[in-house]
Amino acid sequence: MADVSTKINLPIGMRLWLSAGWLTLLVVTALFAPLLAPQDPLAQDLFTARLPPFWVVGSEPGYPLGSDSLGRDVLSRMMYGGRVALSVALIAGTLTCLLGASLGLIAGYFRGWPDMIISRLVDIWMAFPPVLFAILLIAVLGTGLTSIIIAIVVIDWTRFARVIRAEAIGQGAMDYVASAQVAGHKRFGIMIQEILPNILPTMCILLTLEMGIAVIVEAILSFVNLSISTDQPTWGGMISEGRVSIHQAWWVLVFPLVILFLTVLSFSQLGEGLKDRFDPVLR
Amino acid sequence: MSFLTINNLTAHVGKRPVLRDVSLSVQAGEVCGLVGESGAGKSMIGKAVLGILPLAIEATGGEIILAGVDLQSLPAKERRQFIGAKTALIPQDPLTALNPSRRVGSQITNRLVDILGWTKPDAEHRALELLSEVQIDDPKRVMLCYPHELSGGMRQRLLIAAAFAAEPQLIIADEPTTALDVTVQKQILRLIKEMQARYGTALLFVTHDLGVVSKVCQKVLVLYDGVVLEQATVEDFFTGPRHPYSRALLEATPKYTDPTGSLTPIPLHVLEGVRLQVAAYDRMQNHV
Repeated sequence: MADVSTKINLPIGMRLWLSAGWLTLLVVTALFAPLLAPQDPLAQDLFTARLPPFWVVGSEPGYPLGSDSLGRDVLSRMMYGGRVALSVALIAGTLTCLLGASLGLIAGYFRGWPDMIISRLVDIWMAFPPVLFAILLIAVLGTGLTSIIIAIVVIDWTRFARVIRAEAIGQGAMDYVASAQVAGHKRFGIMIQEILPNILPTMCILLTLEMGIAVIVEAILSFVNLSISTDQPTWGGMISEGRVSIHQAWWVLVFPLVILFLTVLSFSQLGEGLKDRFDPVLR
Repeated sequence: MSFLTINNLTAHVGKRPVLRDVSLSVQAGEVCGLVGESGAGKSMIGKAVLGILPLAIEATGGEIILAGVDLQSLPAKERRQFIGAKTALIPQDPLTALNPSRRVGSQITNRLVDILGWTKPDAEHRALELLSEVQIDDPKRVMLCYPHELSGGMRQRLLIAAAFAAEPQLIIADEPTTALDVTVQKQILRLIKEMQARYGTALLFVTHDLGVVSKVCQKVLVLYDGVVLEQATVEDFFTGPRHPYSRALLEATPKYTDPTGSLTPIPLHVLEGVRLQVAAYDRMQNHV
Protein backbone atom coordinates (compact mmCIF):
# COMPACT_ATOMS: atom_id res chain seq x y z
CA MET A 1 0.00 0.00 0.00
CA ALA A 2 2.69 2.47 1.02
CA ASP A 3 4.61 2.44 -2.25
CA VAL A 4 1.40 2.69 -4.27
CA SER A 5 0.39 5.85 -2.47
CA THR A 6 3.81 7.45 -2.95
CA LYS A 7 3.64 6.66 -6.66
CA ILE A 8 0.30 8.43 -6.88
CA ASN A 9 1.28 11.29 -4.59
CA LEU A 10 4.48 12.30 -6.30
CA PRO A 11 2.97 13.93 -9.40
CA ILE A 12 0.33 15.60 -7.25
CA GLY A 13 3.01 17.08 -5.02
CA MET A 14 5.09 18.09 -8.04
CA ARG A 15 2.11 19.77 -9.59
CA LEU A 16 1.36 21.71 -6.44
CA TRP A 17 4.98 22.79 -5.87
CA LEU A 18 5.72 23.70 -9.47
CA SER A 19 2.62 25.84 -9.84
CA ALA A 20 3.02 27.40 -6.39
CA GLY A 21 6.71 28.06 -7.17
CA TRP A 22 5.94 29.78 -10.44
CA LEU A 23 3.23 31.93 -8.87
CA THR A 24 5.47 32.87 -5.95
CA LEU A 25 8.17 33.91 -8.40
CA LEU A 26 5.60 36.05 -10.21
CA VAL A 27 4.37 37.65 -7.01
CA VAL A 28 7.91 38.47 -5.90
CA THR A 29 8.92 39.99 -9.24
CA ALA A 30 5.68 41.94 -9.42
CA LEU A 31 6.06 43.27 -5.87
CA PHE A 32 9.70 44.23 -6.31
CA ALA A 33 9.48 45.22 -9.97
CA PRO A 34 10.99 48.69 -9.35
CA LEU A 35 14.07 47.07 -7.78
CA LEU A 36 14.42 44.08 -10.09
CA ALA A 37 13.56 45.52 -13.47
CA PRO A 38 16.72 46.26 -15.48
CA GLN A 39 15.15 49.24 -17.26
CA ASP A 40 12.36 51.76 -16.86
CA PRO A 41 9.45 49.93 -18.52
CA LEU A 42 8.23 53.14 -20.14
CA ALA A 43 11.58 54.59 -21.29
CA GLN A 44 11.57 54.84 -25.06
CA ASP A 45 14.82 54.93 -26.99
CA LEU A 46 14.79 54.39 -30.69
CA PHE A 47 18.52 53.55 -30.66
CA THR A 48 17.73 50.40 -28.73
CA ALA A 49 14.60 49.48 -30.68
CA ARG A 50 13.93 45.80 -31.51
CA LEU A 51 16.96 44.41 -29.71
CA PRO A 52 16.82 40.59 -29.77
CA PRO A 53 16.95 38.42 -26.59
CA PHE A 54 20.33 37.68 -25.05
CA TRP A 55 21.21 34.49 -26.91
CA VAL A 56 20.73 36.03 -30.34
CA VAL A 57 23.55 37.95 -32.06
CA GLY A 58 23.08 41.71 -31.70
CA SER A 59 21.61 41.67 -28.20
CA GLU A 60 22.61 44.16 -25.53
CA PRO A 61 23.33 43.29 -21.87
CA GLY A 62 20.76 45.72 -20.39
CA TYR A 63 17.95 44.08 -22.38
CA PRO A 64 18.01 40.32 -21.55
CA LEU A 65 14.75 39.50 -23.34
CA GLY A 66 15.12 42.15 -26.01
CA SER A 67 13.19 45.35 -26.58
CA ASP A 68 10.11 46.35 -28.54
CA SER A 69 9.80 48.67 -31.51
CA LEU A 70 9.90 51.73 -29.26
CA GLY A 71 13.04 50.50 -27.52
CA ARG A 72 11.35 49.53 -24.24
CA ASP A 73 12.76 46.56 -22.32
CA VAL A 74 10.53 43.49 -22.69
CA LEU A 75 11.56 41.89 -19.38
CA SER A 76 10.88 45.06 -17.38
CA ARG A 77 7.54 45.52 -19.07
CA MET A 78 6.56 41.96 -18.30
CA MET A 79 7.46 42.46 -14.63
CA TYR A 80 5.29 45.55 -14.38
CA GLY A 81 2.59 43.84 -16.42
CA GLY A 82 2.58 41.07 -13.84
CA ARG A 83 1.44 43.60 -11.23
CA VAL A 84 -1.73 44.27 -13.19
CA ALA A 85 -2.33 40.61 -14.03
CA LEU A 86 -1.86 39.44 -10.44
CA SER A 87 -3.94 42.16 -8.81
CA VAL A 88 -6.75 41.43 -11.26
CA ALA A 89 -6.41 37.69 -10.63
CA LEU A 90 -6.42 37.96 -6.85
CA ILE A 91 -8.99 40.70 -6.34
CA ALA A 92 -11.39 39.84 -9.15
CA GLY A 93 -11.07 36.09 -8.49
CA THR A 94 -11.81 36.46 -4.78
CA LEU A 95 -14.71 38.87 -5.24
CA THR A 96 -16.25 36.72 -7.97
CA CYS A 97 -15.95 33.69 -5.74
CA LEU A 98 -17.52 35.45 -2.77
CA LEU A 99 -20.47 36.78 -4.75
CA GLY A 100 -21.12 33.70 -6.89
CA ALA A 101 -20.56 31.14 -4.17
CA SER A 102 -22.82 32.88 -1.64
CA LEU A 103 -25.64 33.12 -4.15
CA GLY A 104 -25.09 29.52 -5.27
CA LEU A 105 -25.03 28.27 -1.69
CA ILE A 106 -28.25 30.08 -0.83
CA ALA A 107 -29.99 28.88 -3.99
CA GLY A 108 -28.84 25.30 -3.55
CA TYR A 109 -29.53 24.95 0.14
CA PHE A 110 -32.71 26.96 0.61
CA ARG A 111 -34.24 26.05 -2.78
CA GLY A 112 -37.77 27.48 -3.14
CA TRP A 113 -38.10 31.10 -4.24
CA PRO A 114 -34.47 32.19 -3.58
CA ASP A 115 -33.40 29.39 -5.92
CA MET A 116 -35.98 30.44 -8.51
CA ILE A 117 -34.74 34.03 -8.55
CA ILE A 118 -31.04 33.22 -8.52
CA SER A 119 -31.24 30.42 -11.09
CA ARG A 120 -33.29 32.47 -13.54
CA LEU A 121 -30.88 35.35 -13.08
CA VAL A 122 -27.97 33.04 -13.88
CA ASP A 123 -29.76 31.73 -16.98
CA ILE A 124 -30.40 35.22 -18.27
CA TRP A 125 -26.86 36.34 -17.42
CA MET A 126 -25.26 33.45 -19.23
CA ALA A 127 -27.19 34.22 -22.40
CA PHE A 128 -25.06 37.37 -22.90
CA PRO A 129 -21.86 36.87 -24.90
CA PRO A 130 -19.23 37.44 -22.17
CA VAL A 131 -16.59 39.35 -24.12
CA LEU A 132 -19.15 41.68 -25.63
CA PHE A 133 -20.65 42.14 -22.18
CA ALA A 134 -17.22 43.01 -20.80
CA ILE A 135 -16.50 45.52 -23.57
CA LEU A 136 -19.91 47.08 -23.02
CA LEU A 137 -19.31 47.33 -19.28
CA ILE A 138 -15.88 48.90 -19.72
CA ALA A 139 -17.36 51.34 -22.21
CA VAL A 140 -19.88 52.39 -19.56
CA LEU A 141 -17.53 52.32 -16.55
CA GLY A 142 -14.49 53.72 -18.28
CA THR A 143 -11.08 52.02 -18.40
CA GLY A 144 -8.96 51.37 -15.33
CA LEU A 145 -8.13 48.59 -12.91
CA THR A 146 -11.34 48.95 -10.90
CA SER A 147 -13.50 48.78 -13.99
CA ILE A 148 -11.81 45.59 -15.14
CA ILE A 149 -12.31 43.99 -11.76
CA ILE A 150 -15.96 45.00 -11.68
CA ALA A 151 -16.45 43.70 -15.21
CA ILE A 152 -14.94 40.32 -14.36
CA VAL A 153 -17.01 39.96 -11.18
CA VAL A 154 -20.21 40.97 -12.93
CA ILE A 155 -19.65 38.55 -15.79
CA ASP A 156 -18.19 35.52 -14.07
CA TRP A 157 -20.14 35.15 -10.82
CA THR A 158 -22.55 32.85 -12.68
CA ARG A 159 -19.89 30.17 -13.01
CA PHE A 160 -19.59 29.93 -9.22
CA ALA A 161 -23.32 30.23 -8.66
CA ARG A 162 -24.05 27.31 -10.98
CA VAL A 163 -21.45 24.90 -9.67
CA ILE A 164 -21.83 25.75 -5.99
CA ARG A 165 -25.61 25.51 -6.25
CA ALA A 166 -25.33 21.98 -7.62
CA GLU A 167 -22.87 21.06 -4.87
CA ALA A 168 -25.10 22.54 -2.18
CA ILE A 169 -28.11 20.60 -3.48
CA GLY A 170 -26.07 17.39 -3.31
CA GLN A 171 -24.82 18.07 0.21
CA GLY A 172 -28.24 19.26 1.38
CA ALA A 173 -29.74 15.89 0.51
CA MET A 174 -27.27 14.07 2.77
CA ASP A 175 -28.49 12.56 6.00
CA TYR A 176 -26.02 14.53 8.10
CA VAL A 177 -27.90 17.68 7.18
CA ALA A 178 -31.18 16.04 8.22
CA SER A 179 -29.58 15.07 11.54
CA ALA A 180 -28.43 18.62 12.13
CA GLN A 181 -31.93 19.84 11.36
CA VAL A 182 -33.43 17.38 13.81
CA ALA A 183 -30.95 18.52 16.44
CA GLY A 184 -32.66 21.91 16.23
CA HIS A 185 -30.06 23.96 14.37
CA LYS A 186 -31.08 27.02 12.38
CA ARG A 187 -31.11 26.59 8.60
CA PHE A 188 -28.58 29.39 8.14
CA GLY A 189 -26.27 27.88 10.76
CA ILE A 190 -26.43 24.49 9.06
CA MET A 191 -25.55 26.11 5.76
CA ILE A 192 -22.44 27.75 7.18
CA GLN A 193 -21.26 25.10 9.62
CA GLU A 194 -22.24 21.83 7.95
CA ILE A 195 -22.49 22.45 4.23
CA LEU A 196 -19.92 25.14 3.53
CA PRO A 197 -16.90 23.12 4.75
CA ASN A 198 -17.84 20.32 2.37
CA ILE A 199 -18.04 22.70 -0.55
CA LEU A 200 -14.71 24.40 0.14
CA PRO A 201 -12.61 21.96 -1.95
CA THR A 202 -14.77 22.68 -5.00
CA MET A 203 -14.71 26.39 -4.25
CA CYS A 204 -10.94 26.27 -4.00
CA ILE A 205 -10.63 24.73 -7.46
CA LEU A 206 -13.10 27.15 -8.95
CA LEU A 207 -11.33 30.09 -7.34
CA THR A 208 -7.96 29.24 -8.81
CA LEU A 209 -9.58 28.51 -12.15
CA GLU A 210 -11.27 31.88 -11.97
CA MET A 211 -7.95 33.59 -11.22
CA GLY A 212 -6.58 32.12 -14.43
CA ILE A 213 -9.66 33.23 -16.32
CA ALA A 214 -9.35 36.72 -14.83
CA VAL A 215 -5.78 36.95 -16.13
CA ILE A 216 -7.02 35.95 -19.58
CA VAL A 217 -9.93 38.37 -19.54
CA GLU A 218 -7.62 41.19 -18.52
CA ALA A 219 -5.29 40.23 -21.38
CA ILE A 220 -8.19 40.16 -23.83
CA LEU A 221 -9.33 43.59 -22.72
CA SER A 222 -5.78 44.93 -22.96
CA PHE A 223 -5.49 43.37 -26.38
CA VAL A 224 -8.45 45.44 -27.57
CA ASN A 225 -7.05 48.45 -25.69
CA LEU A 226 -9.83 48.54 -23.13
CA SER A 227 -7.82 47.65 -20.06
CA ILE A 228 -5.92 50.35 -18.22
CA SER A 229 -4.17 53.43 -19.51
CA THR A 230 -1.51 52.80 -22.15
CA ASP A 231 1.28 54.19 -19.96
CA GLN A 232 1.03 51.09 -17.78
CA PRO A 233 2.38 47.90 -19.34
CA THR A 234 0.12 44.86 -19.39
CA TRP A 235 0.67 41.38 -20.86
CA GLY A 236 -2.33 41.72 -23.15
CA GLY A 237 -1.16 45.12 -24.31
CA MET A 238 2.33 43.73 -25.05
CA ILE A 239 0.85 40.88 -27.06
CA SER A 240 -1.24 43.36 -28.97
CA GLU A 241 1.79 45.55 -29.73
CA GLY A 242 3.99 42.57 -30.51
CA ARG A 243 1.46 41.29 -33.04
CA VAL A 244 2.22 44.25 -35.29
CA SER A 245 5.95 43.54 -35.44
CA ILE A 246 5.82 39.76 -35.27
CA HIS A 247 8.03 39.37 -38.37
CA GLN A 248 10.73 41.77 -37.18
CA ALA A 249 10.68 41.11 -33.42
CA TRP A 250 8.89 37.88 -32.43
CA TRP A 251 10.09 38.14 -28.83
CA VAL A 252 7.82 41.07 -28.07
CA LEU A 253 4.84 38.79 -28.67
CA VAL A 254 6.16 35.41 -27.59
CA PHE A 255 7.52 36.16 -24.11
CA PRO A 256 4.32 37.70 -22.66
CA LEU A 257 2.33 34.93 -24.31
CA VAL A 258 4.43 32.24 -22.64
CA ILE A 259 4.20 34.00 -19.28
CA LEU A 260 0.44 34.31 -19.65
CA PHE A 261 0.14 30.65 -20.57
CA LEU A 262 2.30 29.48 -17.65
CA THR A 263 0.41 31.67 -15.19
CA VAL A 264 -3.05 30.48 -16.20
CA LEU A 265 -1.83 26.89 -16.18
CA SER A 266 -0.26 27.35 -12.73
CA PHE A 267 -3.46 28.74 -11.29
CA SER A 268 -5.53 25.77 -12.43
CA GLN A 269 -2.87 23.26 -11.35
CA LEU A 270 -2.58 24.98 -7.97
CA GLY A 271 -6.32 24.43 -7.48
CA GLU A 272 -6.10 20.75 -8.31
CA GLY A 273 -3.06 20.32 -6.10
CA LEU A 274 -4.64 22.11 -3.14
CA LYS A 275 -7.80 20.05 -3.45
CA ASP A 276 -5.83 16.80 -3.44
CA ARG A 277 -3.96 18.01 -0.40
CA PHE A 278 -6.81 19.35 1.69
CA ASP A 279 -9.84 17.25 0.82
CA PRO A 280 -10.16 14.90 3.83
CA VAL A 281 -11.57 12.13 1.65
CA LEU A 282 -8.74 12.23 -0.87
CA ARG A 283 -5.99 12.88 1.62
CA MET B 1 -50.42 8.24 27.93
CA SER B 2 -48.63 7.74 24.73
CA PHE B 3 -45.46 9.69 24.01
CA LEU B 4 -46.12 10.19 20.33
CA THR B 5 -49.60 10.40 18.85
CA ILE B 6 -50.27 11.02 15.19
CA ASN B 7 -53.86 11.74 14.27
CA ASN B 8 -55.08 11.61 10.66
CA LEU B 9 -51.80 12.78 9.19
CA THR B 10 -52.12 13.57 5.50
CA ALA B 11 -49.36 14.72 3.15
CA HIS B 12 -49.28 15.58 -0.52
CA VAL B 13 -46.77 15.98 -3.32
CA GLY B 14 -48.54 18.59 -5.38
CA LYS B 15 -52.00 17.09 -5.70
CA ARG B 16 -50.96 13.48 -5.18
CA PRO B 17 -51.41 12.18 -1.62
CA VAL B 18 -48.44 10.31 -0.13
CA LEU B 19 -49.83 9.87 3.40
CA ARG B 20 -53.53 9.22 3.78
CA ASP B 21 -55.06 9.70 7.22
CA VAL B 22 -52.25 8.00 9.10
CA SER B 23 -52.89 7.60 12.81
CA LEU B 24 -50.62 5.87 15.24
CA SER B 25 -49.38 6.10 18.78
CA VAL B 26 -46.15 5.10 20.42
CA GLN B 27 -45.99 4.65 24.20
CA ALA B 28 -42.95 5.80 26.15
CA GLY B 29 -40.31 3.10 25.87
CA GLU B 30 -42.20 1.19 23.20
CA VAL B 31 -40.74 -0.05 19.91
CA CYS B 32 -43.11 0.40 17.02
CA GLY B 33 -42.33 -0.96 13.56
CA LEU B 34 -43.43 0.66 10.32
CA VAL B 35 -43.36 -1.76 7.42
CA GLY B 36 -44.29 -1.45 3.78
CA GLU B 37 -42.87 -1.50 0.30
CA SER B 38 -40.67 1.22 -1.12
CA GLY B 39 -42.78 4.32 -1.60
CA ALA B 40 -45.39 3.27 0.94
CA GLY B 41 -44.68 6.41 2.94
CA LYS B 42 -43.06 4.81 5.96
CA SER B 43 -40.04 7.13 5.98
CA MET B 44 -42.33 10.10 5.37
CA ILE B 45 -44.08 9.51 8.69
CA GLY B 46 -40.75 9.66 10.50
CA LYS B 47 -39.70 12.74 8.59
CA ALA B 48 -43.02 14.46 9.31
CA VAL B 49 -42.54 13.87 13.03
CA LEU B 50 -39.00 15.24 12.89
CA GLY B 51 -40.04 18.22 10.79
CA ILE B 52 -37.67 17.36 7.95
CA LEU B 53 -40.09 16.57 5.15
CA PRO B 54 -38.56 17.27 1.73
CA LEU B 55 -39.56 20.59 0.23
CA ALA B 56 -41.84 19.01 -2.37
CA ILE B 57 -43.90 17.23 0.27
CA GLU B 58 -46.41 19.19 2.26
CA ALA B 59 -48.22 17.97 5.36
CA THR B 60 -51.79 18.94 4.53
CA GLY B 61 -53.75 17.70 7.49
CA GLY B 62 -53.79 15.99 10.85
CA GLU B 63 -51.81 16.58 13.98
CA ILE B 64 -48.64 15.28 15.58
CA ILE B 65 -48.61 15.30 19.35
CA LEU B 66 -45.20 14.82 20.92
CA ALA B 67 -44.93 14.49 24.70
CA GLY B 68 -48.41 15.99 25.05
CA VAL B 69 -47.64 19.03 22.89
CA ASP B 70 -49.29 19.59 19.53
CA LEU B 71 -46.32 20.45 17.31
CA GLN B 72 -48.36 22.77 15.14
CA SER B 73 -49.17 24.96 18.14
CA LEU B 74 -45.49 25.86 18.57
CA PRO B 75 -43.80 28.66 16.64
CA ALA B 76 -41.16 27.41 14.19
CA LYS B 77 -38.11 28.14 16.32
CA GLU B 78 -39.50 26.63 19.51
CA ARG B 79 -40.79 23.63 17.58
CA ARG B 80 -37.31 23.00 16.21
CA GLN B 81 -35.76 23.13 19.64
CA PHE B 82 -38.53 21.03 21.16
CA ILE B 83 -38.15 18.31 18.54
CA GLY B 84 -34.38 18.51 18.91
CA ALA B 85 -34.59 17.95 22.65
CA LYS B 86 -37.14 15.14 22.56
CA THR B 87 -36.18 13.15 19.49
CA ALA B 88 -33.26 11.94 17.40
CA LEU B 89 -32.74 10.19 14.12
CA ILE B 90 -30.80 7.08 13.19
CA PRO B 91 -30.56 7.54 9.43
CA GLN B 92 -30.56 4.93 6.72
CA ASP B 93 -27.23 5.46 5.06
CA PRO B 94 -24.27 5.65 7.45
CA LEU B 95 -22.08 6.79 4.56
CA THR B 96 -23.82 10.13 4.18
CA ALA B 97 -25.09 10.60 7.70
CA LEU B 98 -21.85 11.93 9.15
CA ASN B 99 -20.42 15.22 7.98
CA PRO B 100 -17.36 14.19 5.93
CA SER B 101 -15.32 17.26 6.85
CA ARG B 102 -15.60 17.00 10.61
CA ARG B 103 -14.06 14.59 13.08
CA VAL B 104 -16.66 12.14 14.33
CA GLY B 105 -16.02 12.94 17.99
CA SER B 106 -17.05 16.55 17.55
CA GLN B 107 -20.22 15.45 15.80
CA ILE B 108 -21.30 13.68 18.98
CA THR B 109 -20.06 16.24 21.49
CA ASN B 110 -21.74 19.05 19.53
CA ARG B 111 -25.12 17.56 20.29
CA LEU B 112 -24.45 17.46 24.01
CA VAL B 113 -23.23 21.04 23.92
CA ASP B 114 -26.07 22.30 21.72
CA ILE B 115 -29.03 20.39 23.10
CA LEU B 116 -28.15 19.87 26.74
CA GLY B 117 -25.89 22.89 27.16
CA TRP B 118 -22.97 20.88 28.52
CA THR B 119 -19.40 22.11 28.66
CA LYS B 120 -16.98 20.74 26.14
CA PRO B 121 -14.89 18.57 28.53
CA ASP B 122 -18.06 17.04 30.01
CA ALA B 123 -19.37 16.32 26.55
CA GLU B 124 -16.10 14.71 25.51
CA HIS B 125 -16.08 12.53 28.58
CA ARG B 126 -19.66 11.43 27.92
CA ALA B 127 -18.94 10.83 24.21
CA LEU B 128 -16.11 8.44 25.14
CA GLU B 129 -18.54 6.62 27.43
CA LEU B 130 -21.13 6.44 24.67
CA LEU B 131 -18.60 5.07 22.24
CA SER B 132 -17.76 2.23 24.58
CA GLU B 133 -21.47 1.63 25.09
CA VAL B 134 -21.85 1.05 21.36
CA GLN B 135 -18.89 -1.33 21.56
CA ILE B 136 -16.30 0.69 19.73
CA ASP B 137 -12.77 -0.33 20.64
CA ASP B 138 -10.26 2.42 21.26
CA PRO B 139 -12.86 5.22 21.43
CA LYS B 140 -10.15 7.84 21.98
CA ARG B 141 -8.66 7.16 18.55
CA VAL B 142 -12.02 6.85 16.81
CA MET B 143 -13.14 10.24 18.19
CA LEU B 144 -10.39 11.89 16.16
CA CYS B 145 -11.14 10.04 12.92
CA TYR B 146 -12.86 11.48 9.90
CA PRO B 147 -15.92 9.50 8.75
CA HIS B 148 -14.25 8.14 5.61
CA GLU B 149 -11.62 6.43 7.74
CA LEU B 150 -14.24 4.18 9.33
CA SER B 151 -16.24 1.22 8.04
CA GLY B 152 -20.00 1.32 7.45
CA GLY B 153 -20.68 -0.71 10.59
CA MET B 154 -18.47 1.58 12.67
CA ARG B 155 -20.23 4.63 11.31
CA GLN B 156 -23.63 3.17 12.10
CA ARG B 157 -22.44 2.52 15.66
CA LEU B 158 -21.34 6.13 15.89
CA LEU B 159 -24.70 7.29 14.60
CA ILE B 160 -26.43 5.19 17.22
CA ALA B 161 -24.20 6.72 19.86
CA ALA B 162 -24.99 10.18 18.49
CA ALA B 163 -28.72 9.47 18.46
CA PHE B 164 -28.75 8.31 22.08
CA ALA B 165 -26.26 10.99 23.21
CA ALA B 166 -28.71 13.64 24.36
CA GLU B 167 -31.01 10.95 25.80
CA PRO B 168 -34.04 11.70 23.64
CA GLN B 169 -37.33 10.06 24.55
CA LEU B 170 -38.09 9.06 20.99
CA ILE B 171 -35.72 7.86 18.30
CA ILE B 172 -36.74 7.38 14.73
CA ALA B 173 -34.68 4.68 13.07
CA ASP B 174 -35.08 4.98 9.32
CA GLU B 175 -34.05 1.59 7.91
CA PRO B 176 -30.87 1.67 9.98
CA THR B 177 -29.59 -1.67 8.72
CA THR B 178 -30.49 -1.55 5.04
CA ALA B 179 -27.14 -0.22 3.87
CA LEU B 180 -25.13 -2.77 5.87
CA ASP B 181 -24.20 -6.34 5.05
CA VAL B 182 -26.04 -9.14 6.80
CA THR B 183 -23.54 -10.03 9.52
CA VAL B 184 -23.15 -6.39 10.53
CA GLN B 185 -26.93 -5.91 10.34
CA LYS B 186 -27.41 -8.42 13.10
CA GLN B 187 -24.90 -6.75 15.42
CA ILE B 188 -26.35 -3.31 14.77
CA LEU B 189 -29.86 -4.54 15.42
CA ARG B 190 -28.83 -6.12 18.69
CA LEU B 191 -27.05 -2.91 19.63
CA ILE B 192 -30.06 -0.71 18.91
CA LYS B 193 -32.25 -3.02 20.99
CA GLU B 194 -29.73 -2.99 23.85
CA MET B 195 -29.39 0.77 23.86
CA GLN B 196 -33.15 1.18 23.62
CA ALA B 197 -33.66 -1.07 26.63
CA ARG B 198 -30.92 0.67 28.61
CA TYR B 199 -32.30 4.16 28.05
CA GLY B 200 -35.99 3.25 27.88
CA THR B 201 -36.32 5.22 24.67
CA ALA B 202 -39.40 4.90 22.49
CA LEU B 203 -38.43 3.79 19.00
CA LEU B 204 -40.19 4.22 15.70
CA PHE B 205 -38.52 1.60 13.54
CA VAL B 206 -38.96 2.07 9.82
CA THR B 207 -38.08 -1.07 7.87
CA HIS B 208 -39.14 -3.34 5.07
CA ASP B 209 -37.78 -6.41 6.79
CA LEU B 210 -40.42 -8.34 8.73
CA GLY B 211 -37.67 -10.45 10.31
CA VAL B 212 -36.34 -7.29 11.93
CA VAL B 213 -39.80 -6.36 13.16
CA SER B 214 -40.28 -9.72 14.85
CA LYS B 215 -36.96 -9.33 16.68
CA VAL B 216 -37.14 -5.71 17.74
CA CYS B 217 -40.68 -4.38 17.85
CA GLN B 218 -43.67 -4.69 20.15
CA LYS B 219 -46.13 -3.16 17.75
CA VAL B 220 -46.30 -3.03 13.98
CA LEU B 221 -48.04 -0.91 11.35
CA VAL B 222 -48.40 -2.05 7.76
CA LEU B 223 -48.51 0.71 5.18
CA TYR B 224 -49.41 0.67 1.53
CA ASP B 225 -49.33 3.83 -0.56
CA GLY B 226 -49.74 6.03 2.48
CA VAL B 227 -52.62 4.06 4.03
CA VAL B 228 -52.30 2.16 7.29
CA LEU B 229 -53.68 -1.29 6.42
CA GLU B 230 -53.14 -2.95 9.74
CA GLN B 231 -51.98 -2.01 13.20
CA ALA B 232 -51.31 -4.83 15.63
CA THR B 233 -49.06 -6.11 18.37
CA VAL B 234 -46.21 -8.17 17.06
CA GLU B 235 -47.61 -11.42 18.57
CA ASP B 236 -50.98 -10.91 16.93
CA PHE B 237 -49.42 -9.89 13.66
CA PHE B 238 -47.16 -12.87 13.28
CA THR B 239 -49.68 -15.43 14.55
CA GLY B 240 -52.76 -14.12 12.76
CA PRO B 241 -52.48 -11.11 10.48
CA ARG B 242 -55.92 -9.76 9.65
CA HIS B 243 -55.37 -7.85 6.45
CA PRO B 244 -54.92 -10.01 3.32
CA TYR B 245 -51.97 -7.83 2.29
CA SER B 246 -50.24 -8.48 5.63
CA ARG B 247 -50.78 -12.21 5.18
CA ALA B 248 -49.33 -12.04 1.68
CA LEU B 249 -46.40 -9.99 2.99
CA LEU B 250 -45.65 -12.63 5.61
CA GLU B 251 -45.79 -15.39 3.03
CA ALA B 252 -43.42 -13.45 0.80
CA THR B 253 -40.77 -13.32 3.54
CA PRO B 254 -38.03 -15.97 3.53
CA LYS B 255 -38.10 -18.22 6.59
CA TYR B 256 -35.09 -19.46 8.52
CA THR B 257 -36.88 -22.72 9.22
CA ASP B 258 -37.27 -23.45 5.53
CA PRO B 259 -34.45 -21.68 3.71
CA THR B 260 -34.86 -23.63 0.46
CA GLY B 261 -38.65 -23.26 0.32
CA SER B 262 -39.95 -21.15 -2.52
CA LEU B 263 -41.38 -17.72 -1.75
CA THR B 264 -44.90 -16.75 -2.64
CA PRO B 265 -45.15 -13.46 -4.46
CA ILE B 266 -47.95 -11.17 -3.32
CA PRO B 267 -51.00 -12.42 -5.28
CA LEU B 268 -52.39 -10.01 -7.82
CA HIS B 269 -55.90 -10.10 -6.38
CA VAL B 270 -54.51 -8.96 -3.03
CA LEU B 271 -52.70 -6.04 -4.63
CA GLU B 272 -55.83 -5.21 -6.62
CA GLY B 273 -57.82 -5.20 -3.38
CA VAL B 274 -55.33 -2.91 -1.65
CA ARG B 275 -55.35 -0.52 -4.59
CA LEU B 276 -59.14 -0.45 -4.52
CA GLN B 277 -59.00 0.35 -0.83
CA VAL B 278 -56.65 3.27 -1.50
CA ALA B 279 -58.77 4.47 -4.43
CA ALA B 280 -61.93 4.26 -2.35
CA TYR B 281 -60.26 6.38 0.29
CA ASP B 282 -59.29 9.01 -2.29
CA ARG B 283 -62.82 9.12 -3.72
CA MET B 284 -64.22 9.60 -0.26
CA GLN B 285 -61.82 12.50 0.36
CA ASN B 286 -62.81 14.18 -2.88
CA HIS B 287 -66.49 14.09 -1.91
CA VAL B 288 -66.02 15.60 1.51
